[in-house]
Amino acid sequence: MSEIHRPEARVEPIDSTIEPVGGSATSKTKKVEEASLLADAWRSLRRNPWFIVSAVLLVLFLGMALFPQLFTNNDPRECLLGRSRQSPSAEHWFGTDVQGCDYYSRVIYGARNSIAVGFIVAIGTFIIAVVLGLVAGYFGSWVDAVISRITDMVFAVPYILGALVFLNVLESRGVREVAFVLIIFMWPTMTRLMRGSVISVVNSEFVLAARALGAGPITIMRRHILPNSLGPVIGYATVFTGIIIGAEATLTFLGVGLQLPAISWGLQLSDAQPFLQTVPHLLLFPVIFVGLTVFAFMTMGDAIRDALDPKSKK
Amino acid sequence: MTRYIIRRLLQFIPVILISTLIVYALVFAIPGDPIRALAGDRPMSDAVRETLREQYNLDDPFLIQYFKYIWGIVTALDFGSTFNGRPVTDIIEQRLPVTATLALVTLVIQTIMGIIAGILAALYRDRFFDRFVQVSTVTMVALPTLVIGFLLQLIFGLNLGWFPIAGVNNGISSYILPALTMAAVSTGILARLVRSELLDALKSDYVRTATAKGMKQTRVITRHGLRNSLIPAVTFIGADLASMLGGSIIVETIFNLPGLGQQVFASIQGQEGTVVVGIVTLFVLFFVVINLIVDLLYGLLDPRIRYE
Repeated sequence: MSEIHRPEARVEPIDSTIEPVGGSATSKTKKVEEASLLADAWRSLRRNPWFIVSAVLLVLFLGMALFPQLFTNNDPRECLLGRSRQSPSAEHWFGTDVQGCDYYSRVIYGARNSIAVGFIVAIGTFIIAVVLGLVAGYFGSWVDAVISRITDMVFAVPYILGALVFLNVLESRGVREVAFVLIIFMWPTMTRLMRGSVISVVNSEFVLAARALGAGPITIMRRHILPNSLGPVIGYATVFTGIIIGAEATLTFLGVGLQLPAISWGLQLSDAQPFLQTVPHLLLFPVIFVGLTVFAFMTMGDAIRDALDPKSKK
Repeated sequence: MTRYIIRRLLQFIPVILISTLIVYALVFAIPGDPIRALAGDRPMSDAVRETLREQYNLDDPFLIQYFKYIWGIVTALDFGSTFNGRPVTDIIEQRLPVTATLALVTLVIQTIMGIIAGILAALYRDRFFDRFVQVSTVTMVALPTLVIGFLLQLIFGLNLGWFPIAGVNNGISSYILPALTMAAVSTGILARLVRSELLDALKSDYVRTATAKGMKQTRVITRHGLRNSLIPAVTFIGADLASMLGGSIIVETIFNLPGLGQQVFASIQGQEGTVVVGIVTLFVLFFVVINLIVDLLYGLLDPRIRYE
């Protein structure tokens, strides 16, 4: 990342000494440079078939999470025990579940909780990772040592073990609790990535130049290091959202995630498992939806990372 | 070499101490009185409760409890016992074979499938097989374990009926679907890794020289190309084996295998801290030993690496 930016970025601090307020010249050059990077990334993204597929899927699932009413007219909570465990039909596309609820609408409404947990955890982790990674990578020495050792320690605990222990003792678990516990055990990977990314630019000439010109740590981090180190982290954050959606479904399936009466894919999976042999479609539909959602986020993240990484350009 | 191994073995001690301390702290943080849970609805006299709490060191502060635990392991190989009085070693002995078999079958599947798919994809670059490997690895890596497990259960267990859906009563064939589930993500990563490493190696000067000397293509690939490109693969397989605890909790629950992962899950729910710590310690031990083996394997694959 640093290699590509160095020429433009090196000019920047000089400009800012001439016009400390950030006059028209500075902002203009900056805009052009940013636009070209993003336009570059956008051009390579548009040509990537994986990006197209994942973007279509993401729009679909985000639509489902935000406006489930657009996809179904049925009320997922309207359940009639008399029509329990019906096979898919014209009336009930995915059949009905054990309680006799319309399964199609339940699966559609399940998107909201999964994606909510995914976004909350991804945003929370992103903030932690950027702050800790910047501080550790920029200041180095003992600050880095302390942050890195704590990161290593949390990293050593498999997230599923930690989450099981914590969530198991919580009496009532909603989106907030599950998201909180997932953040606690899953921040280290992204923080390590951010730290590595910061370290790879912190010794560049443009940072040295900015420091020589008297810029303070905050300015250097905000204006020079942050823009040049965020690329890989943004890509990973998208992949991470997918990982989290998978993790939430897993924890809920294991019985320590979301609880009834919440509508969630994980709950549908654990409810359907005993009926695997008799009513397999109860398992099949949530499996497909979780699978496609996670797939969409992870593939999208990979595509973004490749597009923002100048080394991967052909 | 011997000195190197001894030094590495000595380094195990702090790693294991710190990791058990973390897990012990985690389990210790669980609120609630396990002795009361043991009694259930029946009344329990204070004297009995006091004795039991004394016996399990429950009234000591956290660090004292931890040191007593470690001291028991070091002096008497005593890993503690459940609140029903069953030794943890007994449980591990009973559960270990299931998880070990699962891990072994997983390892064999992912190594063979991943490396072969990677080699063929690199050799037939941009042809149909390469495209097929690329699409399937992206898919495999991007699906959560849970989804892969259920899909395999539905397709190969229920629809085709090739393998048992759950349990361990059918010998090795019971382990095929769980192992495929555990192996899926790693096989995908491994295939991609081997493919890109081999492509790099095939472009290098020493491979061109070997070909120019008139060496047979297969020999060039196996002796020169592959050997160098396997080092990252070995690193990856090692790291992956080491992370099997998390995977085994999920897979053993989906396929109902009575292994260590399922036991950890059950013990967390039953607040049996000693069992959790015992099993996790075992996994950590496994982790550091695997790492040592991986480091020793480097020397075999790359003669430039020397152990001082």
